[in-house]
Amino acid sequence: MGSATPPPPAARVVMSSGDISRALRRVAHEILERNKGPAGLVLLGIPSRGVPLARRLAAVLHDVEGVDIPVGTLDVTMFRDDLRRQPTRAPGRTVVPAGGIDDKVVVLVDDVLYSGRTIRAALEAINDLGRPRAVRLAVLVDRGHRELPIRADHVGKNLPTSSAERVHVALAESDGGVEDVRISGGDR
Amino acid sequence: MSARSGGEPTMTDVLIRGARVLGESGADVLVRGGVIAEIGSLGTPSDVRTVDADGLVLLPGLVDLHTHLREPGREDAETVATGSAAAAAGGFTSVLAMANTSPVTDTAEAAERVLDLGRAAGLVDVVPVGAVSKGLEGAELAEIGLMARSRAAVRVFSDDGRCVADARLMRRALDYVKAFGGVISQHSQDPRLADGQACCHEGEWSGRLGLPGWPGVAEDVIVARDVMLARHTGSRVHVAHVSTAGSVEVLRWAKSRGIAVTAEVTPHHLALGTDLLAGYDPVFKVNPPLRPSEDQEAIREALLDGTIDAVATDHAPHARHDKEHAFPDAAFGMLGLETALGVVADLLVRPGLLSWADLADRMSSAPARIAGLTDQGRPIAVGEPANLVMVDPDASWTVERDASRSRSRNNPWHGRTVHSKVEATFLRGALTAYRGRVAPAGGALTLEELS
Amino acid sequence: MIGKHLLSSADLDREDIETILTTAASMHDVQRREVKKLPTLRGRTVINLFFEDSTRTRSSFEIAGKWMSADTINISAKGSSTSKGESLRDTVKTIAAMSVDALVIRHNASGACRQVSQWVDASVINAGDGTHEHPTQALLDAYTLRHRLGDLTGKHVVIVGDLAHSRVFRSNVITLATLGARVTVVAPPTLMPSGIGAWSARDGFATSWDLDEILYAGDPPDAVMMLRVQKERMSGGFFPTAREYTVGYGLTSERLERLYAVNPQIPILHPGPMNRGLEIAAEAADAGSSAILDQVSAGVAVRMAVLYHLLAGDQGAQS
Repeated sequence: MGSATPPPPAARVVMSSGDISRALRRVAHEILERNKGPAGLVLLGIPSRGVPLARRLAAVLHDVEGVDIPVGTLDVTMFRDDLRRQPTRAPGRTVVPAGGIDDKVVVLVDDVLYSGRTIRAALEAINDLGRPRAVRLAVLVDRGHRELPIRADHVGKNLPTSSAERVHVALAESDGGVEDVRISGGDR
Repeated sequence: MSARSGGEPTMTDVLIRGARVLGESGADVLVRGGVIAEIGSLGTPSDVRTVDADGLVLLPGLVDLHTHLREPGREDAETVATGSAAAAAGGFTSVLAMANTSPVTDTAEAAERVLDLGRAAGLVDVVPVGAVSKGLEGAELAEIGLMARSRAAVRVFSDDGRCVADARLMRRALDYVKAFGGVISQHSQDPRLADGQACCHEGEWSGRLGLPGWPGVAEDVIVARDVMLARHTGSRVHVAHVSTAGSVEVLRWAKSRGIAVTAEVTPHHLALGTDLLAGYDPVFKVNPPLRPSEDQEAIREALLDGTIDAVATDHAPHARHDKEHAFPDAAFGMLGLETALGVVADLLVRPGLLSWADLADRMSSAPARIAGLTDQGRPIAVGEPANLVMVDPDASWTVERDASRSRSRNNPWHGRTVHSKVEATFLRGALTAYRGRVAPAGGALTLEELS
Repeated sequence: MIGKHLLSSADLDREDIETILTTAASMHDVQRREVKKLPTLRGRTVINLFFEDSTRTRSSFEIAGKWMSADTINISAKGSSTSKGESLRDTVKTIAAMSVDALVIRHNASGACRQVSQWVDASVINAGDGTHEHPTQALLDAYTLRHRLGDLTGKHVVIVGDLAHSRVFRSNVITLATLGARVTVVAPPTLMPSGIGAWSARDGFATSWDLDEILYAGDPPDAVMMLRVQKERMSGGFFPTAREYTVGYGLTSERLERLYAVNPQIPILHPGPMNRGLEIAAEAADAGSSAILDQVSAGVAVRMAVLYHLLAGDQGAQS
């Protein structure tokens, strides 16, 4: 999961806005390739930054294929296994596209893949919404350090990190126009 | 009353050295045979013990017009012995024990039983109050005359806890007690204006908290009625635990007309207000209820100017489980014997509103006079019984409910810092309490064991 | 920040209310799904301890708990809440000894929930204490009003009925004020709470004995909330007859028509159960703008949100 706090000044940029756009274009193409076309695809963004990323992927897919891929949001707060570690916050909304997800190929979209716990919660949340034919995972950044047997199908960038480091994703839609990926902390 | 039977006579011979009698300059007070023998700058006789009272205030032993000792019937909350111990620790040498026990003190036998339990405890003079009506039911007169003629010589009658609401019964009671100089102590609460549901003062706090309230006017109307009945009958009425400004107005008028009415106020009504209700802690549930600041100011003023004659504790012990109900279901009442002097002195003497001599009047002489006690509340003078309390006016102590001599723990003062601490209490010269220690039942503390 | 207990509406600041209402909106979505269960409170035990009957509040909390996967158990302690029976402390200590995470308490005595919160380790949720408060009702009313009116800042809400004995009023006046609404409360003088003059002045709401003046003469209401009037109050002498009450303080069809002439969308609320024909005419209860069923529907979502925020996280930790 990306950090919502602004990065400290010492944070080092590892992806520029251009890098992010190129990575997303590549991921969109991979999704099409893997799915052998746009048929049956549904993108579900995981709040908060997974949501704009899903919309961007849908925009790329539209450019490439000329079709509108349904985009929804999937809030996983109520499914997390680490709720007790922090004060609660209000969950985001879950919006399932009009066609539902039954027998669709759902692509979960998130910004950073780390422990895998968010995705575990997302898989459980999807269970209660319907029965997709397949569920795939697309992330902007995979920083490693998995705690569960989960891997991404589509990765914008593999980013080797130490667990002491923090990854900060900023997107134009959610971060006041700033857009990049930075790393801070660690023993650097 | 006769001198106490327990203890060696020499124990009651003591020289109190350097005491500020009624708060004035220091003097030595020699007690012999339970009586004040000499006052002045005295040498030390070889055959008496000396108590150093340098800087301490010496007052006549306190008299409480209004105590609930719960025995017989609720010995799990208090006994005459534990209540007497709390009284001695609080500087009292006499307490009037209210009649709402089980069985009710409504016969001569019941009154003598309380008297005898008090004598057996031997720490304070326990004076039974007789019920006005049989079983406190407010219907028929209790055996008032037989209680008056009994060994207990009952002079104060009260249905306390309940109001004598029936005007005709009240009128008869007032008439009847004239024959032997009795007085009716009234718990003034119109039962229609403040019914069994009412559990706190009716006002902004009760409105906010959603608690059924008891409006001050429910007290005022009974006080007004009783004052007129006292005038009509030419008898004496005593208003127990005055809590409202309205009652004070009526009392002031009545006294100006020479009507034979007296009144008492409790330390908690003087010092504690309705804001304490906010936490719904039943320790603050009491009857009459704690009142808002307008009432508190009026009753303080009335105590200072003598409109209210006396302070009485309404010490009302309750077993823990009777207080651990929801607020409206919990029992009414709070402890008061051990804290009364400190609370009143803090509130009125320390700020200079009341002299020690006036405090002695309100907490000893006036209550003794109202109750018709002839050897309590006496001046500190040669030949008078040595019922005395020695007070450290500059001590500072924190009330700890678990340190109470009472069997109960419903102490609203718990955790509060109080000044003016009782150092010693003498009942006819016998030391019943000294620096937190209380004499065993029927005995007295000796100075040897204290030093 | 939302604390461990919900005892009074005053426990919640504006941010807390916003958080709960936002969460409730998500829960409301869940309610519409085929699978309504969330795993969030798996392994937690919630006891609905009801010293007083209340089918609707109890079942609303029960469903809320179950949809959050908490083990939800109902205990009826009716009749044990008197000075004669077991002490309240003993009753709740016995129940809390069974490793309970939350006690949802309805009690006929004001303040009982606050007292209990001092005796047990579990979270305590006030589901209505005597004539004191009913904070989850105020939250679901706020949820309903927000759904209809949007931001409540400056909105004029009129609350009418037996204010003296109403826990719904006491909680609503706090929550609505916290959300910036302007509140006017209307009742005959005998059904006004004691000390209402000083109280309303301090807390900034208005009071009136004249319903028609408030509905039509000045500042037009944005919503009207009618409170239940118990017929027992008549024998208590609070008002002479039901007919007289209705004429003075009921939302009659005539009054509704006059309201509709100005604002046909005006939400009509009632916490239920209703005395149709006494405080509210059938025409008003069933009117197009009536929000009464919305209130019931919001009840489960709001209570899920409350259970979630009180129980799911570590409320002691700082974010």
